[in-house]
Amino acid sequence: MAPPLFVGDVTLPLQFLDRKQSRTQSHAMLFFSYFKDLVGREVTVELKNDLAIRGTLISVDQYLNIKLENTRAVDQDNFPHMLSVRNCFIRGSVVRYVQLPPEGVDVDLLHDATRREARGG
Amino acid sequence: MGTLRSFDQFANAVLEGACERVIVGDLYCDIPLGLYVIRGENVVLIGELDLDKEELPSHMTRVSSTEIKRAQKAEREASDLKGTMRKRMEFLDMD
Repeated sequence: MAPPLFVGDVTLPLQFLDRKQSRTQSHAMLFFSYFKDLVGREVTVELKNDLAIRGTLISVDQYLNIKLENTRAVDQDNFPHMLSVRNCFIRGSVVRYVQLPPEGVDVDLLHDATRREARGG
Repeated sequence: MGTLRSFDQFANAVLEGACERVIVGDLYCDIPLGLYVIRGENVVLIGELDLDKEELPSHMTRVSSTEIKRAQKAEREASDLKGTMRKRMEFLDMD
């Protein structure tokens, strides 16, 4: 369904609801599809417990759960229990940062996409 | 650590023969836990162990559970001591 036009303040409540829903939906989808494009690249994931893991991005899902292969802890001395972990699943809710390869960031594309989000279309 | 028997979309997981690896400095200990059903919200990471690889660096030594508990307690007390000025003052008073 095409998003309803926003003409002044004359908007039906039902339409507004639809509009809002589609916006939250696509809001989550933007970063999901962005991360999907990064699959196969080398990334560093920093967790909320300060553990940073570098590895090849294998897959990502709607919650931004992440699967990595060929993982290594960036700070191996302080996280010896990560030494024998070669591939892992990271729950999206514990991720603080994902450090991306510079060539994986298309700033113009992201600018356009986020502006489109802000306009709600 | 344990054998992953099942999981679902929330990252709830069932671990068979689970154990908890406690690491304090260069000491470590595996405390057996048994069968664990883990609620997904508590999961940080699920990693596959490469069984061919050394699990821990060679300078680390395995100790008994009583020893690791003692080491944990010592470490906790040391960090408490460092953490609060008041604790440090109490320590000086006791001397």
